[in-house]
Amino acid sequence: MAEYAHPEVLVSTDWVSQHAGDKNVRVVEVDVNTGSYEEGHVPGALGWSWDTQLCDTVRRDILSLDAFDELMSSSGISHRTTVILYGDNNNWFAAWAFWQMKIYGHADVRLMNGGRAKWLAEGREVSVDEPSPVRTSYSSPGPDESIRTLLPDVMDAVNAEAVELVDVRSPAEFSGEILSPAGLPETCQRGGHIPGASNIPWGKACNDDGTFKTASGLRKLYRDAGITGRRPVIAYCRIGERSSHSWFVLKYLLGLDNVTNYDGSWTEWGNLVGAPVERGA
Amino acid sequence: MKAEHYAVRELELSGWPVRITSYRIGETWYAKADNVSPGANIARAKAASLEQATQRVLEKAGERLAATRRFPLAD
Repeated sequence: MAEYAHPEVLVSTDWVSQHAGDKNVRVVEVDVNTGSYEEGHVPGALGWSWDTQLCDTVRRDILSLDAFDELMSSSGISHRTTVILYGDNNNWFAAWAFWQMKIYGHADVRLMNGGRAKWLAEGREVSVDEPSPVRTSYSSPGPDESIRTLLPDVMDAVNAEAVELVDVRSPAEFSGEILSPAGLPETCQRGGHIPGASNIPWGKACNDDGTFKTASGLRKLYRDAGITGRRPVIAYCRIGERSSHSWFVLKYLLGLDNVTNYDGSWTEWGNLVGAPVERGA
Repeated sequence: MKAEHYAVRELELSGWPVRITSYRIGETWYAKADNVSPGANIARAKAASLEQATQRVLEKAGERLAATRRFPLAD
């Protein structure tokens, strides 16, 4: 991992097995819901649900400052806690939580490389016990939205051709052949992609076991697709979780300074009236 | 406890590639199906046997995949 720009944000399953019980470490499994967590999880890990705990459940948005502080406090997390995130779907939702924790300024948050699948495949110990952490009084310094892009800024950047857009969805979603990943509900009115976007599916950043490719492999992947970082880079997908994963790769493993996550993503853009859309590969 | 008999295989279901992951934790067998590209989880099941869990997940995944619409692209 040493060749990554910020290797400190990634830990191995070995590391977690040795340090999950450390006093200053809090391991959290993050999934779309807690179904996987309830099967069995890293011993001592908490479970966070993307559906109900990591999104505003009324309007479509990230957590409010108060809700974020409450989640951290009820999870026994202080500003000095090393938070290790992992989850199902190759860490998509763990990466979403990572991104949000960075928006709210948590200093030491890391991903477990390979996620839940690697932990299970390696036959490591799991538990169904849910810990009861001692409550803290977490107070975030406030949202830093410099790592997030909202619709008006995407529109401006696309119109000015002043950005490198990375669409991390599957080729069939990118082309407009399908409106959502096969087997999932359709969440947009139109298929296709934002004009000028490069299609670099999130999974190309990973090895078969779910771990991240080497830094040189990742550099080649993005460079070959025309993503240089010379202009601001915006990653998007359907609902913002896969693009959190690619945002993590671009910002922390490759060290690009100006990369953001457009969490409105295709569910927003593909429902707009009059927005430009390209179809096809 | 550990996840035992962890196995992954790919097949085609309702015209879509699907990856089935199965394992046993304790006395319960789990199976889940994802859609390979992009790898989103589309169905999960648990049962007392591997066969039951797999059958259930294939039924659920098959129904959901069959509902996916394809929009032909112009040449």
